[in-house]
Amino acid sequence: MTAADGAAGGIAAPARADLRRQLGRSRRRERRQAALLVAPLVLFLFATFLAPIAAMLWRGVSDEEVSRILPRVTAALAGWDGRALPPEAAFAALIEDMRAARDAGTLASAGTRLNYDINGFRTLVFATARRLPAEQPADARTALIAIDAKWGDVETWGAIRRAAGPATDFYLLAALDLKRNAAGDVVAAPANEAVFVNLLLRTLGISALVTLVCLLLGYPVAYYLSSLPARTANLLMVLVLLPFWTSLLVRLAAWVVMLQRDGIVNNLLLRLDLVSSPLSLLYSRFAVVVAMVHVLLPFMVLPLMSVMKGIPGAHLRAAASLGAPPRTVFRRIYLPQTLPGIAAGTLLVFIQALGYYITPALVGGGDDQMIGSFIAFYATRTINWGMAAALSFMLLGATVLLYFIYSRLVGFERLRLG
Amino acid sequence: MERAYATTGQRLARLGLRLQTALVLLFLVAPIAAIVPLSFSAGSFLHYPLPGLSLRWYRDFFTSDFWLPTVWNSAVIGAAATALATILGTLAAIGLWRARFPGRGLVFGLVMFPMMAPVVIVAVAVYFAYAQVGLANTYLGIILAHTALGAPFVVVTVYATLSGFDSALARAAASLGASPITVFRRVTLPLILPGVVAGALFALVTSLDEVVVVLFMAAPEQRTLPRQMFAGINDNLSLTITAAATLLVVLAVALMLTVAWLRRRGERLRGG
Repeated sequence: MTAADGAAGGIAAPARADLRRQLGRSRRRERRQAALLVAPLVLFLFATFLAPIAAMLWRGVSDEEVSRILPRVTAALAGWDGRALPPEAAFAALIEDMRAARDAGTLASAGTRLNYDINGFRTLVFATARRLPAEQPADARTALIAIDAKWGDVETWGAIRRAAGPATDFYLLAALDLKRNAAGDVVAAPANEAVFVNLLLRTLGISALVTLVCLLLGYPVAYYLSSLPARTANLLMVLVLLPFWTSLLVRLAAWVVMLQRDGIVNNLLLRLDLVSSPLSLLYSRFAVVVAMVHVLLPFMVLPLMSVMKGIPGAHLRAAASLGAPPRTVFRRIYLPQTLPGIAAGTLLVFIQALGYYITPALVGGGDDQMIGSFIAFYATRTINWGMAAALSFMLLGATVLLYFIYSRLVGFERLRLG
Repeated sequence: MERAYATTGQRLARLGLRLQTALVLLFLVAPIAAIVPLSFSAGSFLHYPLPGLSLRWYRDFFTSDFWLPTVWNSAVIGAAATALATILGTLAAIGLWRARFPGRGLVFGLVMFPMMAPVVIVAVAVYFAYAQVGLANTYLGIILAHTALGAPFVVVTVYATLSGFDSALARAAASLGASPITVFRRVTLPLILPGVVAGALFALVTSLDEVVVVLFMAAPEQRTLPRQMFAGINDNLSLTITAAATLLVVLAVALMLTVAWLRRRGERLRGG
């Protein structure tokens, strides 16, 4: 603005104002055009990508089935404190609701939802529905407890009230091995259901290990390649980039060939007399980490190299000429300057590692599956969308947070690969 | 010059570094290199030494109803998704480069996000949403999802090319009376074309390599090559898979060299 003012110094005031207006108008037009150019992609991503993800995450907190299928009992439980058995009216409402749902054929999905909360609830619902009295009984409480003693348990009713919706924290709590009791307090989930904290820790652990190995392997390679003359470096870069361009499935097939019982690695170990019988390397944590490092290593090497190439050699020579031993030069001068590359590479590898699904599925064992596998499992095998959504929420939350940090540290336009 | 003054310790350190680099590069390339010769085996086992050489696994690949339709599916889905992603991504990159409109940072983060989002979440979400509008188990559904996943690669590649583009050239053309469309067609596009093509190749390879969305969305008749390889590896790794893998490695090398060539050409065009 100051430059424009200075340049317009010799022009009469009205003309200057006019010029400024024109400039402002043309800037605004440029901004509008720019926004119009971006709009198609943004709208496309909203419709095909973001809206579906938002809709799925919504399933992790929405809970409308039970209140739709059993409306009277969920209404009757609204004011219940969950400390003693609910009032007679709730028992009577449940009998009415169950009769209606049984006749409408909707009992199954309510039973499935309640079964997520208390194992065996589905059976309870069906067994009760079969034995409902034809007439509305005078004492609904006694009648229901006579059909199944579980109706005399506060927790059974707590499960119905927790599922009354319209929103629930049930799945999100379950993803952290927590649940609410009938009184509404958050308590630890029973040990046989508490698998998710372990899963989250395992996912973080494998991702951290893979990232660390990538850093330890990638740093020296990036350093060496960035110190070579451009021609040689480009030639060797092909070797780093080839795996990057090669299909993931090809690389996984390759690792199966390498690591199987009579595979190349075992043959080599046997021939070198390092082992006496073949090791079972495949379908293990080892195989998962090796394959993931193989896939993700280029994402560490590339950002490191682009930072290392920009470090002036004069700094290092100056430090050395002032008497710093090589180790000190590295630790005090070189390493700090490569920190942006370390941050970029580490974040890039870690974010991607968290979401890995295909690699553990093909070369890992049952205990090496990560959170992605459980999301797929709940979405396809048991069709428990709530649980799939809650786990997605955890994974996506971590991804978005790290992505945000990445954008602050490195910038989106540096998210360039290959 | 440097060498002449190096001490023994420095020389040893350099040697160690070289050895380390060689080992890591070996780790990166060896598995891929190891699977290629197996595809020419005359036998039917997945280990060395090969009993003899033959092309039987390639014959198997190119004559089987299990593999051949998947190549076609991959090509159709890849081509369509690449075309869409390239158009949308190039326009968006030009817009992002052109002016700092309000909310630009957020928009940039948003259009790049598919690159970082865990694919399994994308696949589950997209399957669930597309099923409600009848797009599950269709080519169109897979193409739309692959476009979303590939577009960020186009955006970032074209954006990088544009940041080396001298906008004075476009202004000069405009001042000589060229319409904005002529400026784009005759000046901007030829100069950023290497970036656009490189971005398109990134989008293509993203689609060709994508397996999770296909795993959820594709009916048997829409299965792509990686989807079939997934089934093959999961089930029983046959030597036909190594033939398929070898063909994909050849494709990867071709694409990689093309992108490297485009990058050099782009730098030359810009006088860089």
